[in-house]
Amino acid sequence: MAEIKNKESATKDPGRRPPAALSKTKTVEPITRRSFFSWLTIGWFAFAAATGAFFTMMLRFFFPNVLFEPVQTFRAGFPDDYTVGEVDLRWKDKYGVWIIRNEEGIYVLSTVCTHLGCTPNWLVSEQKFKCPCHGSGFYKSGINFEGPAPRPLERFKITLADDGQIIVDKTIKFQQEKGQWNDPEAILSV
Amino acid sequence: MMDKFRNTQFYKSIFRGGGVPKSRRQRMMVVLNSVFLHLHPVRLPKHAVKLKFTWCMGGLSFFIFLVLTISGILLMFYYRPTIEYAYTDIIDLAEQVPFGIMREIHRWGAHAMVITVWLHMFRVFMTGSYKPPREFNWVVGVLLLFLTLLLSFTGYLLPWDQLAIWAITVGSNMARATPFLGHEGPGAALLAIGDINFVTMGSDVRFALIGGRFMGEAALLRFYVLHCVGLPFIIMIFMAIHFWRIRKDGGISTPV
Repeated sequence: MAEIKNKESATKDPGRRPPAALSKTKTVEPITRRSFFSWLTIGWFAFAAATGAFFTMMLRFFFPNVLFEPVQTFRAGFPDDYTVGEVDLRWKDKYGVWIIRNEEGIYVLSTVCTHLGCTPNWLVSEQKFKCPCHGSGFYKSGINFEGPAPRPLERFKITLADDGQIIVDKTIKFQQEKGQWNDPEAILSV
Repeated sequence: MMDKFRNTQFYKSIFRGGGVPKSRRQRMMVVLNSVFLHLHPVRLPKHAVKLKFTWCMGGLSFFIFLVLTISGILLMFYYRPTIEYAYTDIIDLAEQVPFGIMREIHRWGAHAMVITVWLHMFRVFMTGSYKPPREFNWVVGVLLLFLTLLLSFTGYLLPWDQLAIWAITVGSNMARATPFLGHEGPGAALLAIGDINFVTMGSDVRFALIGGRFMGEAALLRFYVLHCVGLPFIIMIFMAIHFWRIRKDGGISTPV
């Protein structure tokens, strides 16, 4: 208000000084061009910072801390639960893996066909995995030998827990064509 | 009678300017004063309405967009974006809901819109309508094409059948290989301090897209929100710019 009054009196009588007693408490500093621009700059920086912070929040918002996904690591009982030379089907539905024991040890095969992702069946009489979708066939080892599948089935990480149980970790996979089946965690020597 | 009505306060308060447009200027003002009409050119050259020149592909794209918006909103009354219900709700729409053909309209409309948008682009290219001063509108148009494809892609997952799940699995696996942003992409390994990788299966662009490491509930919900709210919101902003710029850039281009 004081600013406007100053202006008015200035236009009416350019020579007269503005009456100091007009504002009762204290005089308001006139806004100079320089202070206006410095406040404007601060304002813009604050606005940019707030906007930036909001977009950062928005970005982080899309990466949840807790996932409601099926468990990827599970305990599969003791090595003695598995018979040498057999393909074990007990985890097929729940976790999508076959656990197979041979003379060398125990390994875990993924039930996802490497062609288009169907689930093959284990045919005991023919001793092979056969995919019902397009006829891909895999040996007990997981190596593909017929049909359109371009590469062997994947194996998952298998280790022993302190209590002697098998732990299968599906987040770590081993691919034969990459030479990863020689990894000590790709097969559990018993 | 009609003239009398047009001179009432009721009419004049709704339609700015009011009255019967008599002069050329007044007719122009009718267009400029309406929020809907002002996006359009005030006057059209005769050739511009020739089907031979425009194929009406832009207009058709917009018309199909409106059909998709309306049918889409209707579908939202029945469809629940959860793994448990998504597929059965689509079956329910197809078989039990009265006029469940709404779902087919939405689906076929989506296919048609992708086609008309491509054809519109082809027409604009063949008539040279991307040349200055319309070069910016061409860029907006490319964004609209991109958004149309994204809408089509996100809608693809919603029926939650085998086709949908595998299509999105393959599609989101491409995100896996994005340079720097995907954990299997080139350069992702560079973004690490010591043994700690910043771009992993649980923090890359694919993770943000499907809300998890594997296709599941989170992916379905994210695609649903993007399909029904996020992308339509963005595409409508760009559509308004696109239409408005046609007028500002001198209307539909003229055949040489």
